Amino acid sequence: MSAAARARTWAGRFPWEEGAFWLLLAVGFWLWPKHLALASQVLIAGLFALSYDLILGYAGILSLGHAAYFGLGAYAAGLLAAHGWGEPLSGLLAAGCCAGLAGFLTSFLVVRGQDLTRLMVTTAIGLLLFELANRLSNITGGVDGLSGVEMAPLLGAFRFDIYGRTAYGYCLIVTFVLFLGVRRMVHSPFGWSLRGMRDNPSRMLALGYPVQRRLIALYTVSAAIAGVAGALLAQTTQFVSIDVFSFNRSADVMVMLIVGGAGVLYGGLVGAAVFTLAYHFLSALNPVYWQFWLGAFLIAIVLFGRGGVLGACERLSRHLRERGRAPAAQR
Amino acid sequence: MIASLIGIVFDGLAYGMLLFLISVGLSVTLGLMNFVNLAHGAFGMLGGYLCALAMARWNVPFLVALPLAFVAAALAGLLLERLLFRRFYRRSHLDQVLLTIGLTFMAVAAATFLFGPQQQALRLPEYLSGQFSVLGADHNLYRMFLLAVGVVLTVALTLVVERTRFGAAVRAAVDNPRVAEALGIRVGLVFQIAFATGCGLAGLGGALGVEVLGLDPVFPLKYMVYFLLVVAVGGTSTLKGPLYAALLLGVADVAGKYYIPQVGAFIIYAMMVILLILRPQGLISRS
Repeated sequence: MSAAARARTWAGRFPWEEGAFWLLLAVGFWLWPKHLALASQVLIAGLFALSYDLILGYAGILSLGHAAYFGLGAYAAGLLAAHGWGEPLSGLLAAGCCAGLAGFLTSFLVVRGQDLTRLMVTTAIGLLLFELANRLSNITGGVDGLSGVEMAPLLGAFRFDIYGRTAYGYCLIVTFVLFLGVRRMVHSPFGWSLRGMRDNPSRMLALGYPVQRRLIALYTVSAAIAGVAGALLAQTTQFVSIDVFSFNRSADVMVMLIVGGAGVLYGGLVGAAVFTLAYHFLSALNPVYWQFWLGAFLIAIVLFGRGGVLGACERLSRHLRERGRAPAAQR
Repeated sequence: MIASLIGIVFDGLAYGMLLFLISVGLSVTLGLMNFVNLAHGAFGMLGGYLCALAMARWNVPFLVALPLAFVAAALAGLLLERLLFRRFYRRSHLDQVLLTIGLTFMAVAAATFLFGPQQQALRLPEYLSGQFSVLGADHNLYRMFLLAVGVVLTVALTLVVERTRFGAAVRAAVDNPRVAEALGIRVGLVFQIAFATGCGLAGLGGALGVEVLGLDPVFPLKYMVYFLLVVAVGGTSTLKGPLYAALLLGVADVAGKYYIPQVGAFIIYAMMVILLILRPQGLISRS
């Protein structure tokens, strides 16, 4: 296949809805100029949820400790910058590698068990790292957080301004690039084999797929992406708080993905947007109420709303299509 | 040295006994219904708050407040089981986790709203507070009481499970629910009773534990890992498994915090990972 033909199929596989989605985010610069900091939070949460979608949505690994890798990335980037290495892109890369390495090492513990074992091992890893960051307060700043994170201008040209313009552009481009990578991956034979393992692991094993090894590879990639998301947070806010490791962050990312729709590429991004905006506006009223309604909302979702926002959209569009087709068929 | 060692073992056993009382219901839920209930600690919290409030506001004596806590938590458990949980036994573990995390969040928020975020204090009656001395070490009288209550309840539970007809039905249902059902055992009913009892015990444990574990709105989240760990390490097919696991956990936690306080809760989490690697089959995953 020539390069041009490959480019054409690539464009053909990228339908206009997706293009519109990313275009909207890019136009966001002018659409919501006063809320770029919040929009950056949405993108970071979306990237984190995307990484979680890989393991939960595509491979069915139940985890309540994914904040471990997010936090590792955040601290790696934050510590590098606090000790004089303020160049953002290399810091981002280092943080991703660091979290990916941790993900690789811990994946051996995670992939071997069943649902409950996985749930507990991941929870324990998350709590372990939280406790570690808490104890090593001379390095991490403990509960006071890591301050003194000074970022150099992006590419030597764009300073991180207080309006969050650079931060938003930076987050958007990084998220987009990683999203394309993930998109490519889940549409590859590797990605399809993951779904097979999720739905019927013993059959995939019988077909000769190296189930364990693929799950390890996937978990590593997911951890690395989570680390990049954490690093983005550290770099754009120039601060690392210890709650990057908190149990609530792990639970939140699960909620985001479920709200958006698990096992769908855009589920994480949509869920993160809904969740972060709802949090922003509702917790301003009262943080306690927020947690109560979050819990009620979760219960409602598992009782009635399978597939989250995107699942509901798909049902709606299918319903409309069928209604449109029915009269035509009668004639 | 020896005295402090005895003190630690003693405190650890009392602490472990509490963990056992609260977690034993969880092992029934997991073993019998394969239902991952992360909200189990909320029943403990309910018992704790009820006991503390009944004593502070209505001057109910401690020994009366304890059974009240049991009954309230058991009723709450029964209600939730009928309304919500039973719809989820056949659903995926993810759905169960989402449901019970949602419930936990609601419980935490409701407790904060009703009672405020602070720790609740509980005034022990005088005949249970104070110290006594054995083997040259001073012991806390209340912890002795905890141990005694724990031993009595464990013996009673064991007798019920091993000697009564109902206990036989529970064991049969845990071993093989389908065959048990075919033999005419009403597994759903057996489970309801066992579940309510488990929730009641959690409530009782929460009430007994106000003095030792503390009580604030994040109680269900703070101790969630401990309860799960007891069940995961102990398994769900016997009563002895969770009991030993809880006692081991209690002693290890107290000893760790006493001898190497700088690592804090690190020990428990590390122990959890190691135990899960070494004995993954301690977990029941009936599918």
